[in-house]
Amino acid sequence: MDGKVVDTSKAYEVALENELLVTSSPHIRSGETVQRIMLDVIIALTPAIIGSVYFFGINALKLILISVASSVFFEALIQKMLKKPITIDDLSAVITGILLAFNLPASAPWWLPIMGSAFAIIVVKQLFGGLGSNFMNPALAGRAMLLTSWPAHMSTFTGTRPDVVATATPLAIMKYGMSPDGAASATASATTSATIEAVTSATSAQGAELPELIDMFIGNIPGAIGETSALLLLIGAAYLIIRKVIDWKIPVFYIATTFVCLVLFGVESEFLPYHILGGGLILGAFYMATDYASSPVTPIGRIVFAIGAGFLTALIRVKGGYPEGVSYSILLMNVATPLIEKFTKPRVFGGAK
Amino acid sequence: MKLENLTFKGGVNVPHYKELTEGLSIEKAKEPEIVYIPLHQHTGAPCEPIVKVGDSVKVGQKIGQSEAFVSAPVHSSVSGVVKSIENMPTPTAQNVKCVVIESDGKNELHESVKPKGDLENLTQKEILEIIKEAGITGMGGAGFPAHVKLSPPQDKKIDTILINGAECEPYITADHRIMVEYPEKIVFGLKAIMKSVGVDRGIIGIEKNKPDAILAIKEAIKNKPNIQVATLKVKYPQGDEKRLINAILGRVVPSGGLPMDVGTIVCNVSTTKAIAEAVLEGKPLYERVVTVTGKGVKEPKNLLVKIGTPFKDLIEQCGGFAATPGKIISGGPMMGISQYTMDVPIIKGTNAILVMTEEEAKPEKVYPCIKCGKCLEVCPVRLQPLYVGGYAIKKNFDKAEAYNALDCVECGACSYICPAKRPLAESIRLAKREIIAKRKSK
Ligand code: SF4
Ligand code: SF4
Repeated sequence: MDGKVVDTSKAYEVALENELLVTSSPHIRSGETVQRIMLDVIIALTPAIIGSVYFFGINALKLILISVASSVFFEALIQKMLKKPITIDDLSAVITGILLAFNLPASAPWWLPIMGSAFAIIVVKQLFGGLGSNFMNPALAGRAMLLTSWPAHMSTFTGTRPDVVATATPLAIMKYGMSPDGAASATASATTSATIEAVTSATSAQGAELPELIDMFIGNIPGAIGETSALLLLIGAAYLIIRKVIDWKIPVFYIATTFVCLVLFGVESEFLPYHILGGGLILGAFYMATDYASSPVTPIGRIVFAIGAGFLTALIRVKGGYPEGVSYSILLMNVATPLIEKFTKPRVFGGAK
Repeated sequence: MKLENLTFKGGVNVPHYKELTEGLSIEKAKEPEIVYIPLHQHTGAPCEPIVKVGDSVKVGQKIGQSEAFVSAPVHSSVSGVVKSIENMPTPTAQNVKCVVIESDGKNELHESVKPKGDLENLTQKEILEIIKEAGITGMGGAGFPAHVKLSPPQDKKIDTILINGAECEPYITADHRIMVEYPEKIVFGLKAIMKSVGVDRGIIGIEKNKPDAILAIKEAIKNKPNIQVATLKVKYPQGDEKRLINAILGRVVPSGGLPMDVGTIVCNVSTTKAIAEAVLEGKPLYERVVTVTGKGVKEPKNLLVKIGTPFKDLIEQCGGFAATPGKIISGGPMMGISQYTMDVPIIKGTNAILVMTEEEAKPEKVYPCIKCGKCLEVCPVRLQPLYVGGYAIKKNFDKAEAYNALDCVECGACSYICPAKRPLAESIRLAKREIIAKRKSK
């Protein structure tokens, strides 16, 4: 209170007039709020947002804004239709919007993020109970849906230089561009819509050369608009770890496992840095795999989850049909999360071993 | 072995708010005109009154006792006349038989209150008897009778006595001031406890935010090689018995077990002082130090208060309310009990009265759980409060039990940290009551 002094010598009367609040302890709460946590994530994503506009131009900004606006709109809409309280003020839809846009190529048409966010927010998030109850990361599920439905739009990557129209991501170059018949073998199996992505990537990967590592680190490479700059993503991630918004164990175990598995699968050491810095691994490990609702809450469970995602990412990249693999790995682990939690229940202090 | 900067896993940093009273010396509270002394202030069997309405009583005179072993007698805190014996609310329960005594203001001591002789010459049994007769109970938590705690069964070998000077609850400074002002009494009390249990190692654990208390106690234990001070990291709930044992001795009390299962007994600072006074002066537990504090009182204070003094007298002595009161809490903000009325008396276990303003007491809006896992991180028992509490809210108490609800120490750390402001500890507490009631009825 603003130092207002109730003039009373008889404390008793004041208390009588005034109903005392009786509740169970504790009687104080920390300053932590859901909004603050979400705001922190948005702050952490800001360097990468600015970077995406710098590297990919104004179209990147347009996609991000459309994606955020439609995510928030769909959240309000579906909550209104389901007659639930409207919770767009918790800012979580904003994050879903940003992350979804981050997964799009800069050349994506304006309606692509609208489709993606409608699916992410309405189906994946709200129909499963809203924030905290979604069992999959909405942004990633949205991306997967877009990739299945519009594979060509999702995998035509523009470079960071305006004169280059279509380029391959470094991982696509490694996967297809290095083998003499890369495109041919990918084309041969292009029977489903999903493999069009592989074909598109593979065609543009023909004869392309890997970028300089420093460009990859900074983000000056072709790719989805928000995933290319390891540097800017890591700056935001450091902020989230310091603010204790995310648990460092998930990204660290994830990336380390990917690395180890790639080595075990025989990937040559000169390609390893490209694998770590490319293909949305940094974005996925720090910002997607750490999604609260779709990853385990138990400490050991988080490590198991991260190791599983790391292994799957390496497996998909080396043996699978896609060059990247991060989103499917995380989505698969999302599905496994309830099971992981069940088997990693912490042992109660002083409890039986 | 250096006992410095120790702690446990988990827990949370809470604001202290101790600056309101930590520098204020203990003052004697004004003499109460009427005291309301509950006959049941402890864990165990309630006492039967041994005085009648109209009887004259003196300070320190026993007025209630019980045949049961797990019980503690109660004594008059004033000299005067018994006005009535009636059921009244106390800080911990709704209807407790209380002896109402009108003070004559003379404060005449009862003849039984006299020094009990040299500690050197007292036997183990005699010390325990003194403690029992003085009605001493745990003065920090559940109010367990001290003589019972200090009489472990033969098969439990005790090697160390711990004195709990952590005082990790925000706002409260009663134990802190006692350690600063009466360090030699704490050391003497510890020696008496060690002798009563037949142990020759004692450790006094103090959180590092009380450097003056650490200094004072260190000074008082010079030349006493079998007594040490352990400094503890400032973290809530460092003062929880099992956390303290884990931090200082590195031992883990088994789930559902007691400190004596790992060879130790923990006593709180106020209790230790009461034991010292019982031996040195023959003084039963009829007064204690209470911190009256919070933004809602004008002049927060550390007061030496007679048991049975109503809360309202003390709030008045602290200048009355500074703002419209929202909550009046017996104890601290993390584990204290909010009161319906200010007519409740101070009992042996009341370490503080906290007055929160209307503004501070406003309940916060509750959001759905976002599964951030913060409650898991802070839980000192390593429960999953989101699930225990989640099932408890849905009244699915069997599931709550399966998620180890009974291991919860009700510290409140999970509710405190939860960004969605979920009432986790509150609902787990409820579930525990239900589960225990169900077990009993089986
Ligand atoms: S701290 Fe609150 S929001 Fe976070 S997991 Fe626990 S209950 Fe859910
Ligand atoms: S579950 Fe119980 S022991 Fe754990 S933090 Fe919450 S109140 Fe404390």
